Amino acid sequence: MMKIILKDIPDLHKIDVYETNGGYEALRKALKEMKPEDVTEEVKKSNLKGRGGACFPTGLKWTFMPKGNEKPKYLCCNGDESEPGSFKDREIFERNPHQFIEGTLLACYAMGCKTAYVYIRGEYYKWINLLQTAIDDAYKKGYIGKNILGSDFSTNIYIHRGAGAYICGEESALMNSIEGKRGYPRVKPPFPAANGLWGNPTTINNVETLSNVPEIVKNGGEWFSKIGEPKHPGTLLFGVSGQVNKPGVYELETGIPLMTIINDYCGGVLDGKEIRMIIPGGTSMPPLTREEALTIKMDNESLKAIGSSIGTGGVIVMNEDADIPKVLERIAHFYYHESCGQCTPCREGTGWLLRILKRINKGQGKMSDLDLLIDISENIEGNTICALGDAAAWPVKWTIRKFRKDFEAKIPIEEFDLPVRNKVHSLR
Amino acid sequence: MFDEKELKKIEEIKSRYPESNAALLPVLWMIQEKHGWISEDSMKYVGDLLDISYEHILGVVTFYTMFNQKPVGKYHLQICTNVSCMLRGGYELFKYTSEKLGINNKETSDGDMFTIEEVECLGSCATAPMMQVNNKEYYENLTNEKIDELIKKLHEDSQSYTKAH
Ligand SMILES: Cc1cc2nc3c(=O)[nH]c(=O)nc-3n(C[C@H](O)[C@H](O)[C@H](O)COP(=O)(O)O)c2cc1C
Ligand code: SF4
Ligand code: FES
Repeated sequence: MMKIILKDIPDLHKIDVYETNGGYEALRKALKEMKPEDVTEEVKKSNLKGRGGACFPTGLKWTFMPKGNEKPKYLCCNGDESEPGSFKDREIFERNPHQFIEGTLLACYAMGCKTAYVYIRGEYYKWINLLQTAIDDAYKKGYIGKNILGSDFSTNIYIHRGAGAYICGEESALMNSIEGKRGYPRVKPPFPAANGLWGNPTTINNVETLSNVPEIVKNGGEWFSKIGEPKHPGTLLFGVSGQVNKPGVYELETGIPLMTIINDYCGGVLDGKEIRMIIPGGTSMPPLTREEALTIKMDNESLKAIGSSIGTGGVIVMNEDADIPKVLERIAHFYYHESCGQCTPCREGTGWLLRILKRINKGQGKMSDLDLLIDISENIEGNTICALGDAAAWPVKWTIRKFRKDFEAKIPIEEFDLPVRNKVHSLR
Repeated sequence: MFDEKELKKIEEIKSRYPESNAALLPVLWMIQEKHGWISEDSMKYVGDLLDISYEHILGVVTFYTMFNQKPVGKYHLQICTNVSCMLRGGYELFKYTSEKLGINNKETSDGDMFTIEEVECLGSCATAPMMQVNNKEYYENLTNEKIDELIKKLHEDSQSYTKAH
């Protein structure tokens, strides 16, 4: 398997090791031989899609930035990484921070940004320090700062530490958080490329997305576009957790069968049991049943075809022991806790979802609660300022649709509708 | 509240942003690292320092869960119970620790030694169950035995600290 980011090179996090392994050559090449728009062109050709969850084409996003220099332009690197089941960006900060820094510099060069802020979740204290060390080293060697490598290109990179709010991973909330405000998402349009940080043109990219850019510039966009599944090319840092024998972050080409990841890389399902449910890309993504999991390939096109999505590539595996309604209640609790409260459907709806799921798990639910949950989800979906509403609604709606029996089993018999109750009686 | 050196650091932080009120989060972090929590007086002080209203700062402090609005114990144990940790015994670990220390969620033990808190995913799902201490160190792949050892060690650290000072 090809590795683009988490290469098997000891001590790659050190700047001299990174340099002796071709590090900062892409930056040199770009500054010497390429115009900024050539860099964007290569990224477009590569067909790189955003790794932050929405899979938006990166090169295309960069072309939304205005060309001139009337206003300062900004890049925000999104390392908020707070979607449950996601823990890949931290691996980049630890194992290959300079490739991320180089990617950030190339993005700044391509779009004409003089400042990049790296937004990292406040809990990542250790990884903030690791990245800061790498940034300091890169400043010392003239890769960041004024007149980088003797050119007329100058850029500063600063880390901005979050303080515990999942919503700050949403790009417009992230910008408010950098500005020193509550992390409230902004109404769009206007989009960040027109009106972002302090009203200036801004682009937001995920840390893993940017970390791919140096290899794209070095080897060409066409090279990258042929790796893995052509419609969603490259590698992904799959973060596998839950009930597998060897959980961890595995960098693998897109399009790899999910079962290959679980059996060949993660040592199989815990205790040799059967798969019950798999969340393919962080808790907001619709879950997969065992049957779906057995044949699915891990790229966004394949997952979209069965109504889910690759999200952040955070795979959570559950075996037969998992209590699905309890898992869903825990997920609902998360979104309830993290809703910023600006929109009524999300603020109130997430609370309703949680309370109904709680009573079902306590054995106090009604059969009609299941349809009510789906109904509430569908009323949140699409009716909010940001996508947290959808993220809260999807898992509820799809887990109940796909695992309805697990929920029915928790409903006391007297709460069954009459015909159903008779049927169950005759079955028992 | 801040000494000369810290005030200089704040000037450097301000220079990173075109508008100085963007320095609010980093400065609040400095307050919390120094005092363990963010009091009303601290907020007013920061307001004067950065020329931001107290109301705005209060709004910010109450928005972000990592900012402590009241004092916490010397060791703030934050145990993750989100899905991946839950599947690997996060709740059992929380219960064990809570019973061992005799405190419930968000409570502080006698002598202000320990505060425990159930928290959302900390981005360490492959090494579940896990916890973070004082918003810094991660302790991963935890078991009841490891909790026993850690609490014993923290007790000892604290005693030797008191002796030395
Ligand atoms: C509630 C919410 C949380 C998000 N959290 C993150 C995050 O932690 N990291 C991230 O890169 N993107 C996150 N996103 C997506 C960002 O808004 C944005 O699409 C992404 O950072 C763009 O980068 P990309 O194009 O490189 O993927 C989140 C979105 C929402 C709605
Ligand atoms: S959808 Fe939820 S999180 Fe997003 S802006 Fe509305 S209330 Fe806030
Ligand atoms: S679920 Fe506990 S660290 Fe992610």
